[in-house]
Amino acid sequence: MPVITYRDALGQGLREEMQRDDRVFLMGEEVAVYQGAYKVSKGFLQEFGEMRVVDTPITELGFAGVGVGAAMVGLRPVIEFMTWNFALLAIDQVVNVAAKTLYMSGGQFKMPLVFRGPNGAALQLAAQHSQAWESWLAHIPGLKVVAPGTPYDAKGLIKAAVRDDNPVIVLEGEMLYNTKGEVPDEDYIVPIGKADLKREGDHCSIITHGKMVLVAMQVADTLAKEGINVDVVDLRTVRPMDVEAITASVRKTNRAVLLEEGWEIAGIGAQVVDYIQRECFDDLDAPVVRVHQADVPMPYAKSLEKAAKPDAAKTIAAVKKVMYID
Amino acid sequence: MAKKKSDNGATATATADNQKADAARGDADLRKEFLRSMLLQRRFEERCAEAYALGKIGGFCHLYIGQEAVSTGTLSLLRPDDYIITTYRDHGQALARGMSPRAVMAELFGRKDGVSGGKGGSMHLFDKATNFLGGHGIVGGHVPIATGVGFAIKYRGGDQVCICFMGESVVNTGAFHEALNMAGLWKLPVVYIIENNRYGMGTALERASAIHDIYERGAAYNMPRAQCDGQDVFEVRRAVAEAIERARTEKVPTLLEIRTYRFMGHSMSDAVSGTYRSKAELEEHLKRDPIILLRAAMHDAGEIDDAWMAKLDEDIKKEVQDAWDFADQSPEPPLEALWEDVLVDTTSDDVEASKAAASA
Repeated sequence: MPVITYRDALGQGLREEMQRDDRVFLMGEEVAVYQGAYKVSKGFLQEFGEMRVVDTPITELGFAGVGVGAAMVGLRPVIEFMTWNFALLAIDQVVNVAAKTLYMSGGQFKMPLVFRGPNGAALQLAAQHSQAWESWLAHIPGLKVVAPGTPYDAKGLIKAAVRDDNPVIVLEGEMLYNTKGEVPDEDYIVPIGKADLKREGDHCSIITHGKMVLVAMQVADTLAKEGINVDVVDLRTVRPMDVEAITASVRKTNRAVLLEEGWEIAGIGAQVVDYIQRECFDDLDAPVVRVHQADVPMPYAKSLEKAAKPDAAKTIAAVKKVMYID
Repeated sequence: MAKKKSDNGATATATADNQKADAARGDADLRKEFLRSMLLQRRFEERCAEAYALGKIGGFCHLYIGQEAVSTGTLSLLRPDDYIITTYRDHGQALARGMSPRAVMAELFGRKDGVSGGKGGSMHLFDKATNFLGGHGIVGGHVPIATGVGFAIKYRGGDQVCICFMGESVVNTGAFHEALNMAGLWKLPVVYIIENNRYGMGTALERASAIHDIYERGAAYNMPRAQCDGQDVFEVRRAVAEAIERARTEKVPTLLEIRTYRFMGHSMSDAVSGTYRSKAELEEHLKRDPIILLRAAMHDAGEIDDAWMAKLDEDIKKEVQDAWDFADQSPEPPLEALWEDVLVDTTSDDVEASKAAASA
């Protein structure tokens, strides 16, 4: 099987969808002539032309609305935000229009569109460019929210997102674009709403999504050398969440660590904890522990940034805590 | 008629202008239709005020009284396949577009037979059958959507147009600027119509905008622009017809400022004259009631008489009463509806089937 980058997996998935359906177009800042700020759309302008690969002015609110309008009348827009940090300018279109029009119109107007772009912290980009938005977006009924952590899932989920008749948020990992993995050449879909058990073990469940999947896999490798075997449950979709996958794992291991990039308060992990206490109250051998970003804006200084971010060491400590080791 | 380069150039232009004015006026039958359309909106809104007072309509409710020539004049020029998108002050435009008064009233009453099954209410009227893309509640938020509809028309190579109604306070939002810039840049077939009714809620235009001839903002987007009297339905039609023609044939957007006046308060919680405008000002504007102006013109021309007018009013009152009765008898939405239409369970896995479903 070919081994390609997460970036190319996303590009391959999008390209295949644009080839199979002429209603699909890509719009955003620098997607065409510049070939994509992160090169996901490299070669797209040449292949599909300027009507289907559209450079916009720097105007997130405006072009998110263009996507909404085009979707309302039958096109299938893929709207790229250069990063989700910039999408805050467009949040009215995402939350007030894309997510709600089907409901407000009594089912008359579907909203088949994708909002996508990198999410979460990169390296020393400071407070305004290092944020994980999934809990904000997952809060909104009417949206689906996916966060692929591997190249395989990136291709399968972007394709599923484009084909879905609902608005789908695709949170890509800025630090994942260069990571590699096996990705089939052929057409396949990763179903939205299905988690994936990325590693099997009996001692503890690490439940995570997006970029943190990579961290969880490193943690699993490290702990395996110490004789600790963990389940790594990759949610892949944070709305709707695969509660069955969460509960199946926790019922097996009786211990859970929730790992996410975002902040603690009202984070994705808080919701997972709620599902666990509802469904697995009698299965738990220890209180659940959450690993997340420190409850501060992201600092610039390298040392402070490291201290703020969730990482492998903090996750290992959390696993050991729920296992009452040390 | 095209302008001719000849000694008669000025005459030819004047002739073309006259022809446009004649087309805007239509024939006597059409003028009767305008009167009917405007009076339907007026009587409908009056009954909405009554229903609101009785608690049959809840939430926010914004009446269109005084502005009827804008909706009637504009929408009388549209084809069935053209698109309309608007603000929360949307009842009049929905009726002028031909949505059923019964279904609109039932929506306002929050009933099952409303256009949106009672889930949208006064501010969110939607109707796929007439390409009525909503009733939007966030000031400025719908303007980029209109640009997106224009983009889709261009994408498909169609010759439809999209009409985007907005109040004058929208021009101060970022969304307006972003949307019009892209439409001007990409040459999209959208007619942006500012219904300048002088007040954004209670704040006068002069207290909100750095310029007061707000159609001039079109210059910033390299966009044809014009201003017209919104109390004269013929004037509205003349100005909008030109903009629609330009959008349909040249694919060029237009910014139109139509000057009108809101005879009622901003919403049902705002007294008619309010603290922000004087009674004298309101009374001055009431003299230019668009319905009275059209009725007088037709009366003077001998096209209608008092008996005809009385009959029209009686018929319309009956029609609105019928809408009220229908809404009142329509059941509440079933509780299952709470959970419906949050998401659909369809995909485009089969592209051809998906296209067929989308155009159905």
